[in-house]
Amino acid sequence: MSRGTTVRFLAYLCLSVFICGLFSFATAEAPTGESILNKVDENNYADTRVAVSQMVIHLARNTRTVKAKSWVKGSDKSFTEFLYPPRDAGTKMLKLGDELWTYTPSTDRTIKISGSMLRQSVMGSDLSYEDMMEDHKLIDEYSAAVAGTDTVLGRQCWVLELTAKTPDVSYHSRKIWVDRERYVPLRENRFAKSGKLLKTTEVKSVSQHQGRWVADHVSFKDALKTGEGTEFVLDSIRLNVPIPDYIFSKAALKK
Amino acid sequence: MTILKLAIRNLRGAGIRTWLNAVALSFAFVAIIFGQGMLQGMNKQVEDASTAFEFGGGQYWQNSYDPYDPLTLEDAHAPLPPVLDSLATAGKAAPILVVAGSMYPQGRLKPVLLKGISPVQKVIALPTAALGDTTEELPLLIGSRTAASTGLALGDQVTVQWRDADGAFDARDGRVVEIMHTSVGTVDIGQVWVPFATLQKLAGMEGEATIVTVAKGMRNTPVVEGWNFRTPGYLLSDLRQVVQAKSVGQTVMFSVLFLLAMLAIFDTQVLSVFRRRREIGMLVALGMTRARVIVLFTLEGALHSVLAVMLGTLYAGPLFIYLNRNGFTIPGMDTFGYALGDKLYPAYTAGLILGTTVLVFVVTTFVSWLPTRRIAKLNPTDALAGRGT
Repeated sequence: MSRGTTVRFLAYLCLSVFICGLFSFATAEAPTGESILNKVDENNYADTRVAVSQMVIHLARNTRTVKAKSWVKGSDKSFTEFLYPPRDAGTKMLKLGDELWTYTPSTDRTIKISGSMLRQSVMGSDLSYEDMMEDHKLIDEYSAAVAGTDTVLGRQCWVLELTAKTPDVSYHSRKIWVDRERYVPLRENRFAKSGKLLKTTEVKSVSQHQGRWVADHVSFKDALKTGEGTEFVLDSIRLNVPIPDYIFSKAALKK
Repeated sequence: MTILKLAIRNLRGAGIRTWLNAVALSFAFVAIIFGQGMLQGMNKQVEDASTAFEFGGGQYWQNSYDPYDPLTLEDAHAPLPPVLDSLATAGKAAPILVVAGSMYPQGRLKPVLLKGISPVQKVIALPTAALGDTTEELPLLIGSRTAASTGLALGDQVTVQWRDADGAFDARDGRVVEIMHTSVGTVDIGQVWVPFATLQKLAGMEGEATIVTVAKGMRNTPVVEGWNFRTPGYLLSDLRQVVQAKSVGQTVMFSVLFLLAMLAIFDTQVLSVFRRRREIGMLVALGMTRARVIVLFTLEGALHSVLAVMLGTLYAGPLFIYLNRNGFTIPGMDTFGYALGDKLYPAYTAGLILGTTVLVFVVTTFVSWLPTRRIAKLNPTDALAGRGT
């Protein structure tokens, strides 16, 4: 082997190593959409949750605040009791699988919410009963692709484009901005099958609870409606605490 | 005949008292005919309009469809059976697909029912042709009440949202291509009409329908498995019940009015028997039987009803004819919830007029007879002396 050939061989070797290094670096920096989504679900999903939160509903002429305590088990069971204002105090909602019941103390009646009623707004907010019921893992319903990076709330984010895996998912596609370190979605747009923007979510602050990052101030907006939307403020949250089974029964609604 | 002549002479002799009774009775007579005529007119108008704009000659409902239970709507669609499809092709039926959705006029959410109907149908009187004479991707036909409540005008664009057959949200911008004026609120309020094929495609329900309305007058409607045929009588039964309920309320009111008129007749008769004891005694003394005297007094009372009918015909007849031809507007009539239109045209049928006349005559005769029973017990000697009542 001549000296020139040796130099060329070494040069190619160095270049190959450099390219391989670059490629492996890029792979490490840009995980797949699915892996990001898995981490989002991992951060978001807890066996049980007990939370006290406020819903600030911006109406056309005034603003209304509703306070509630909720108990959640997995993605199928949840129980919510409204604590404030006095007019709504004692109103309860129970979700078991795909079914939802509400109880109002003033009428002492339990009503099953189903069909088109699920599309109605909860207490005048921008959230429908369906939105409140949604608690499935994103990875189960969507395939994800990384569309780029962006900065939200001063945090570096992955921008993911989600497409429903099956036709029976409520929102055919979503676009989410996921914090690259904390794996909390900081912004979300939900789209109809036609591609029309239907709902937007904007996280305003995030805090850490029991080692997980949780959005504690979120603004929801029905993109087809005018108005300032509805804010969701988390007062307290406890994760993976034992919740007795009787909480998730219709009998608990009248207690 | 002598008794009739005598009765007429006595009535004329009573002067103003006779006319007062006749006027009071005529008010009741006119009020009954006026009220019942209004109800009959209302009933006819509602049925005619509902048949023309909504029910046609009856409707086939998909098995799960229940218009009183919105929760059934999600599953209330099925492929159009060949027999109904061929009726539709022949222009004898209009299939309609119903999908629950929302509309966002001026950024406000309004729940609506999206109804897909063929633009070329002629089965019901909706101006659906406008849905076909356009190049719009999603043309919308709405009623004037929906237009008023949403602030939408002809040519306006509005976003419509719904869930498809699988449950996924979809939304499009539609354009109002026609605003129809109909007295039938059930095809207007909260309803948005779109082309049948477009809704089938957008909702992922190709070839499916919820309701099939058949043409008016169609006989021998076939039995179709999975679909229930509702006759016009069945579809109109609710409206008929409402009119019937109103009729009951009105009857109570008229009964009170009628009772007051009868009280006046009764009083007059009691007073007559009391004040005319000598006359009764004289008639009996002259050879008239007590029964004939009773007939005379009863006839006098009953003749009040004849006078009342004549009087009523005189002053209310022209009014009834005018109202029947020109109708009249009741403020807020549009909000009644019935297909009444702008004006109400009372219907005064021969049966109604004749029936009311007979009723007034029979009741007046009976009420006139009641006080005259005393005459049977009257001793002619005492009567002549002005005693014994």
